[in-house]
Order: sequence, then structure tokens, then C-alpha cells
Amino acid sequence: MRSINVDEIITCIKNMCIEANFKLASDVDVAIREAYDKESSSLGKRVLGQLLDNLDIAENEYIPICQDTGMVIVFVTIGQEVYIEGGSLEEAINEGIRRGYKEGYLRKSIVYDPLIRNNTKDNTPGIIHYQIVTGDQLQIIVAPKGFGSENMSRVYMLKPSDEVEGIKKVVLETVKLAGPNACPPIVVGVGIGGSFEKCALLAKKALTRNIGVGSDIPHIRKLEEDLLLAINDLGIGPGGLGGNTTALGVNIETYPTHIAGLPVAINIGCHVNRHVKRVI
Amino acid sequence: MDKYIKTPLTKEQLTNLNAGDYVYITGIIYSARDAAHKRLYEALMKGEELPFSLKDNIIYYMGPSPARIGQVIGSAGPTTASRMDKYTPRLLDLGLSGMIGKGTRSRELIESMVKNRAIYFAATGGAGALLSKCIKKSKVIAYEDLGTEAIHELYVENFPVIVAIDAQGNNLYEMNAQIS
Repeated sequence: MRSINVDEIITCIKNMCIEANFKLASDVDVAIREAYDKESSSLGKRVLGQLLDNLDIAENEYIPICQDTGMVIVFVTIGQEVYIEGGSLEEAINEGIRRGYKEGYLRKSIVYDPLIRNNTKDNTPGIIHYQIVTGDQLQIIVAPKGFGSENMSRVYMLKPSDEVEGIKKVVLETVKLAGPNACPPIVVGVGIGGSFEKCALLAKKALTRNIGVGSDIPHIRKLEEDLLLAINDLGIGPGGLGGNTTALGVNIETYPTHIAGLPVAINIGCHVNRHVKRVI
Repeated sequence: MDKYIKTPLTKEQLTNLNAGDYVYITGIIYSARDAAHKRLYEALMKGEELPFSLKDNIIYYMGPSPARIGQVIGSAGPTTASRMDKYTPRLLDLGLSGMIGKGTRSRELIESMVKNRAIYFAATGGAGALLSKCIKKSKVIAYEDLGTEAIHELYVENFPVIVAIDAQGNNLYEMNAQIS
């Protein structure tokens, strides 16, 4: 058994929340710079130029990259031999978020009740997904999610007979519907298989994989590449104002599913695709 | 073509602004997003006075992150405008002449813009740090309890936007969709 004190978790989460909001993950940074070099639309290039200037200003002047510092999504992978001591793991994660959003001067964007809509004032609670594995490590991914892109995400319960073509159709439909609203260039996370809720979780998890790291499964990697080309052919462009970069990457995660089902979830991420991973 | 305008955004100025124009705005604009729009709308329904005059003014759909000591405002980029579509025709009827946000607007809203003569500008989504540097003064003037969603009076200098939908109803997002 290996024990981890909640204080270490609180500090880790706090730092990850802050880091995610000021410095873009390097895979996304590289992807935007490459998109700028390749963009042929002058308006598209202007928008991408602003986004690159924005990244520099954010990092150098301690201003969050985007004012929507997001609802904090946390993926916790906890080894069976880890023992959490000193308090509740869930409370520690939320305390880390609370401190990160206070000390980092990040926006408090959460409401208690979805109908009454009173702000919680500390950006908690986060949304925490736990996975228990073998071993003695605690891995945490913090992925603050902005809702411009989240609002454009969709779940489709397809039929097995819809096949790959059916999947491509709904992915493209979702991206077209999103248009400028999700702040293109976007990153697209797709979950295929599982159940109604599982495919959505797969799609969110897919967004945390680095751009350019394709799926391990050859026919899925091919689908990722085909979809990226098809999405960019739509010509929606940076800011939705036309151009050849609409998406920076498409990541797909899959899971076994029922003989009668083909659940497909499309989680749109904007170009501020924040994700930080640490292992304690 | 780059144009420079100063607020108030009078109806006369609107005739020179066309979809696709790159515009730099200087002057006073007002931030308001979902919760503030709901309150403004409810105030109008009850016949109450609004916290600021709409006539010839511009609303910026934005909720900032908190300012550090020495900063005027935190990160301050646009939010998705279509969420405010339900409330906006009423505000346009009362003289609101400009809106800044990002993304598409509904058919009904665009019809109201043409009827009342108003412009919708798009600011670059995700450029919150960059845009915040153009905001030189900020103060909360209403609904302070809404935190980031309070109405702020902002003084901006050369705030970069593009005319997304002009007062004739020409829509840059649709024009570009045709190009692709």
C-alpha cells in the first residue's frame, strides 16, 4: 500500500488548474502555428495571427488565454494499492479547484442549480471521473472545459447498419451545426461504442489525447485521418469566417457495445483545448 | 477594408459599415450576457427603468475573468451571441444599435436588426487576453451580484471586430459558407 495525503492532491490540482489556463498544451500550440503557416484565406490568417498573439500575451502577462476558464473536468486514475489519507478525495479535488480559481484569478462560471442559476462563486464543483486500476499510482488529468464548444457537442444513437458512413455523416453534421460558435479551429473528440453515457465519456477522454497521436487501432486511425480531411474541406475556417483550417485534429476512442447499438458522441473542443496530466 | 469608429454608434454611422469590414471601436460599450439579459428583459416586462440607456449604444456579450491588481480587467473575449437572441429584438426596438459577440444569429434576430437598423460585430473567440488589452477602463454599473455576468461599462480603444451582420442583413457567416 502507498499512502497519499489529500494536501498533496489539493496542491497538485490547484497548480494544474492555473497552468492549464495560462499556457496552452504544447501539442495544441504547435498545431495552431502550423495552421497559421498553411492557411490560405487572408481573413483566416488574420484570425489565427490574433490567436497566436493572444497566447503570448496570456503567458507573459498572466491573463487567462480565454475568459471562459471553464468547468473543471477531472479524470482520476487511481491504483488499487493507493490509500488516500487526511480526508475525502472528492473534497480535496474540489478544494484544489477552489484554490486554483481563486489564486489564479480565474473566472467563476458554475451555477448550483441548472434552473435557478445562482453562481457558486468558487468554480466548484468540478466533474470528476474515477477509474480504478492495478498499481500504486494516482494519475490526474485536469481539463477545464469551456462551454462555447461544449454546447455544440452531440450524442447520436446510430444503428449498426449505419456503419462508418453513418458515423462520418453525424460527425460532419455536428461540426457544420457548430460552425463559428465553437471558436474554430476546433479539436474533435469522438466516442464510438459503449452506451449512451459511455460514448460521451469516451469523446471527452478523446479530447485529452494529444493532437497528432493517432489511435492504436489501425482502422480507427484511418477514420480519424479521413474525418480531419473531410472537416477541413467544409471550409468553415478560423472564427468561422472561411479558410482551410476548421479542425486541428480528430481523436476517436472506442469501446465494446451492444449487438443492437452504435452509440456515437461528438465532443467539440475549441482551439484552447486545455489539458494537463500529472502522476502522483 | 479597415475602419475606425467612435461611440455612440448612431444610425448615420451604420450606413458606412458593411459585412466583412474590419472595424476598430473606440468609446463606451456595455458588457452583458445571459443572466443580465434575462434581468433586462424582465425589467422591461415589468415597466422598470433599465440601468443604462440603450439608444445608439453597443452591448458586448462578455463575462470577464477577475482582474489582478494593476489590471483593468481580466481576460475578456466574446461569448456565443445566439444565446441572447431571445432577448435582443426588444432591446433593438429601444434603440440598441450594436452588438459584439461571436457566432451565428437567428433569422428572427436578423430581421429585427434590419427593421431597427443595427449591426452585429464579431470579435475573435478565444482571444480574451488580446482583447482585454483594448479595454482601458471598466466598472460594474448593474447587477453586481451576478459576478462575472454583471453589467460593466467599458471604455475601449481600437477594439478590433469584424462586421458579421450589417444593417441590411448581409451575413458574413453565410457569405463564407457559400465560398466553401
